[in-house]
Amino acid sequence: MNYKFYSFIILKKLWASVTDLIPIIVVIVFFQTVVIQQPFPQIGEVIFGILLVIVGLMLFIEGLEMGLFPIGESMAFALAKKGSLFWLMIFSFLLGFSTTIAEPALIAVAKEASVISSDAGLIENNQETMETYAVGLRLAVAFSVGLAIVIGVLRILKGWPLHYLIIGGYVIVMLMTMIAPVEIIGLAYDAGGVTTSTITVPLVTALGVGLATVIKGRSPLLDGFGLIAFASLLPMIFVMAYGLFWF
Amino acid sequence: MFDYFTDFALVLFYTLRDVAPILVLIIFFQLVVLKQPIPHLKRVTLGGVYVVLGLALFLMGLEKALFPVGNIMATQLSDPSFLGVTGVELSNWKSYYWIYIFSALIGFSTTIAEPSLIAVAIKASEVSGGTIKPWGLRITVAIGVAFALALGTFRIVTGTPLFVYIMAGYIIVIIQTFFAPKKLIALAYDSGGVTTSTVTVPIVAALGLGLSSAVPGRNPAIDGFGLIAFASLFPIIAVLGYAQFMSMKKRTFKN
Repeated sequence: MNYKFYSFIILKKLWASVTDLIPIIVVIVFFQTVVIQQPFPQIGEVIFGILLVIVGLMLFIEGLEMGLFPIGESMAFALAKKGSLFWLMIFSFLLGFSTTIAEPALIAVAKEASVISSDAGLIENNQETMETYAVGLRLAVAFSVGLAIVIGVLRILKGWPLHYLIIGGYVIVMLMTMIAPVEIIGLAYDAGGVTTSTITVPLVTALGVGLATVIKGRSPLLDGFGLIAFASLLPMIFVMAYGLFWF
Repeated sequence: MFDYFTDFALVLFYTLRDVAPILVLIIFFQLVVLKQPIPHLKRVTLGGVYVVLGLALFLMGLEKALFPVGNIMATQLSDPSFLGVTGVELSNWKSYYWIYIFSALIGFSTTIAEPSLIAVAIKASEVSGGTIKPWGLRITVAIGVAFALALGTFRIVTGTPLFVYIMAGYIIVIIQTFFAPKKLIALAYDSGGVTTSTVTVPIVAALGLGLSSAVPGRNPAIDGFGLIAFASLFPIIAVLGYAQFMSMKKRTFKN
């Protein structure tokens, strides 16, 4: 009885992951067979890969609700109860900084940026300068994400309206676009999107919602969200500032 | 078979390396600062193991199935000989219509599968007491990304400056902010950042670089970027628009 019950639940969860992936499968099959009209490259490999993706997604979502959300929330509760603004700020900064500095997408983007900048003659074309540039860029982005979480958490504590801060950020981005070197602009705009990884997002969201739940007068929906928005806005500003600083 | 195990061990190692700083941070805070045990430690630990294992399997599967096919398709679709265009038509933006359709569809479908968006959608539904439907949010965001990528590839083909589109997008967001229901603004802003993650970024990057090297007169170093920026901006517009549409509908029914 128990065994049957559990296998039913697992099947149901697996099916949920399958529905998440149906759109991708349909798009790829359609283009491959109808538009490009070429046989599938290594069909066995592809099917095996899709099965891995389905099982992986199911496990991730299960772990999300069992582990990531509760740990994010319980840290938020404990830090709020401790009542030390200092430690809350340190935690927020480190959460943003440490998860971003090692982010593979950011490492790739920083390397690409050093190549572009040296090709454009903005920095010297030697290995050492390019490496310093790439590491500096990663530090700038990671610092900006750390700062973003700090500002976002402060906003939840103080109840500042989110949209004024975000719109203010947009205005800064617009102004900096006018003075930043052209070569860095595309990269800076993209930097906002790549910094927030799959593990950071649930943790940061749980932290925000957790804080907004325990602090009196804050609504989890109205005040709990918004941390990710800061984490995608500030890197743009910092990458452009970094570009200005170098040239 | 052995290859798969070494592949998986490698991916698992990378995932663990990415998780390590978060793990250190949480343990340090629990032991040194908060000095109290984590509630339901066993369950939370098991959840953590699931997250790491699941993410590793997910990434390995993407590398086996989606990324090779996605890359081949992106390069084939932007290949002038496939599109059957020559000479003057090469610089005509209308010749690339398959690219716009493909970008929109791939944007939509990868966003639906994006784990971080699923996470935010679950949380939003939980927090709003079920008023926000996870699928409603995910589909709205996915439509935003679809439009973003179609417009973004159009920009690469035409070579128009990126900042003009982004500025216009910001102005739309600012105007929408003043009319949209206050409750959903924070969630809408967040939905921009969460869409571009594990699944979307690699495919979108390949698409941008492939397309900007195929279209004559484009420089991959400058024109190849910007798709991710589009994909982080338009979901905000989509979610704000949807929120406003729903509140207007509600108002009309009440009157």
